[in-house]
Amino acid sequence: MRKKGLRWLVTPVIAMILMFTVNGIVAAQTSGPTTDDLATSTNIMWTLITGFLVFFMQGGFALVETGFTRSKNVAHTMMMNMMVFCIGALGYWLVGFAFQFGGVNFTFPAIGKIAALSFAPSTLGDMTGHLDKWLIRFGQTGILGGDGFLLTRGVRDISGILAFFLFQMVFMDTAATIPTGAMAERLKFTGFVLMGFWVSMVVYPLVGGWVWGGGWLANLGRTAGLGNGAVDFAGSGVVHMIGGAVALAGAVVIGPRIGRFNPDGTANAMPGHNIPMGVLGTIILFFGWFGFNPGSSLAFVGPGRNLAANAAVNTLLAGGAGGVAAMLFMWWFGPTKKPDPGLSVNGILAGLVAITSPCAFVNSTGAVAIGLVAGVIVCLAVFLLERWHIDDPVGAVPVHFFNGIWGLISVGIFADGAASSAGWNGVDGPVTGLLFGGGTQILAQLAEVASIFVVVGGLSFLFFKLLNAVKLLRSEPAHELTGLDVPEMGVQGYSTVDVHMHGSALPRQSPRIGSMGSR
Amino acid sequence: MTKKIEAIIREDALDAVKDGLHDIGIVGMNIFEIRGHGRQGGVDMSWRGTTYKMDLLPKIQLNIILSDNNVDKAVETIVKAARTGKEGDGIIFIYPVEDVVRIRTGERGHDALMYPGDIDERKKKK
Repeated sequence: MRKKGLRWLVTPVIAMILMFTVNGIVAAQTSGPTTDDLATSTNIMWTLITGFLVFFMQGGFALVETGFTRSKNVAHTMMMNMMVFCIGALGYWLVGFAFQFGGVNFTFPAIGKIAALSFAPSTLGDMTGHLDKWLIRFGQTGILGGDGFLLTRGVRDISGILAFFLFQMVFMDTAATIPTGAMAERLKFTGFVLMGFWVSMVVYPLVGGWVWGGGWLANLGRTAGLGNGAVDFAGSGVVHMIGGAVALAGAVVIGPRIGRFNPDGTANAMPGHNIPMGVLGTIILFFGWFGFNPGSSLAFVGPGRNLAANAAVNTLLAGGAGGVAAMLFMWWFGPTKKPDPGLSVNGILAGLVAITSPCAFVNSTGAVAIGLVAGVIVCLAVFLLERWHIDDPVGAVPVHFFNGIWGLISVGIFADGAASSAGWNGVDGPVTGLLFGGGTQILAQLAEVASIFVVVGGLSFLFFKLLNAVKLLRSEPAHELTGLDVPEMGVQGYSTVDVHMHGSALPRQSPRIGSMGSR
Repeated sequence: MTKKIEAIIREDALDAVKDGLHDIGIVGMNIFEIRGHGRQGGVDMSWRGTTYKMDLLPKIQLNIILSDNNVDKAVETIVKAARTGKEGDGIIFIYPVEDVVRIRTGERGHDALMYPGDIDERKKKK
């Protein structure tokens, strides 16, 4: 029954006030979370959310690769980029994570005691009793981890490890998707699937563990006095150079696309079919990188906060500088004297790759410098690969391999010794590069470069040679010419039968598999 | 005598040519999107620093069927509307036509081409 005015509200309002105050009184009498709990929760939440951003980079890679290749292969290219996540997730869950981080809690507690809750993975909470076994180890020098297979051994209730796994998996997947770009348009899908398992289960965890899992490269500071050991904040080396090395090995073994190089040595352009996709993909990658780099602090409390904030700003600056440098380089010095969209895009990505290692350890001037150089390196590398007759349709090797190296080296040059990195890898001092008086850091960085080149590049070369020998690597020439979509995927990426099958004036015809691609 | 005009013009010239033809009383036409090149052999494009020859240049082809006595006026209109003076303006071919049949009424020949307000009626009115 409606009453005049608002008198009818009185009773419900009084009831609600009583409810909240009583609840408040009761709650205040039970104990809430401690400061340490809150710090750990903040760190775990930060890790999870930035991990989600990194996952979204898969969309960026898919768009860049598909936009820079021809329309007759879109279904195949997109499928590779999508399934590399799925395959990688399984491979990494099965053994990859265990190989890479199985021993991290064996090595790091000894060095993490410098400051409580300051260095991952202890920032994510107490992991005592987990991730503390190495399969292969020489004293404190770890080679292959051995705990956490299928994420068993009571990990289900340890949020920190769960978040850590997710974060590391999406990083691994970023590395795994890089070779699909270099080998696009002629990679057999079976070979791709096997490559996905190769990267996620073998080559990435092995070498990645040496740097991030407390392995021998990270320990070069403690064991050999080389700076703070190999320092790679978010993975110019671990993610990008590894991915780039696999890509380079794959591109060399699989050979150039048919028609790419003429017998007399000149190169033919094979334009991509959709520049808007390429640009949008780059923007998505840039956005995801704001999870990739800052998130690698694995913490937002204590030094982690400054590491993350500094990383974010440096990421922004280096990406911008890389884009400007590449654009101007092509405009002023390139063969066409125009600001080329394709290479400007690569320049942005090059800057982002190069800042990935040093992002938390340099100031903004360093970040801009690193990005500017990266933009030039990527253009030169593109021309170099062409000179060497290595066909890389999307520029994966110039972006990730060459600038991965530059990123690692730039830590040894530009790291400014700020306090937030003190104690990194168990060495008392902060991470310091040549320009700020640190003479040995660069040697540790070069050790990481050499290890990745030799081990990842070498092993992957053998792996691809093996695949090639059993005819699982390169697609049939006839399929390559007409487009991989129908022979490999069974569907056309861009359907030419859609209108016909759903009613139109023209008579039914079989799918058009003879396509000239885009010209 | 009935003639067919095949006019290959730039894509951006289509609107001007269509308007010009409508103004003089020629309304019916077929329009094709085609690709090709003329004597220049195409243009140079670039991709990631490498140049290549693009010889499948998009153009528009108009097909117009009309009486012999109107061909000159139509050609003059098309040329005026489509010319820019630069390479790639296009080319016009003129063919004889054997016969014309209007499907709705069955009319043949000149009757099949006639409609109210067209170029021949305007000439008669003058």
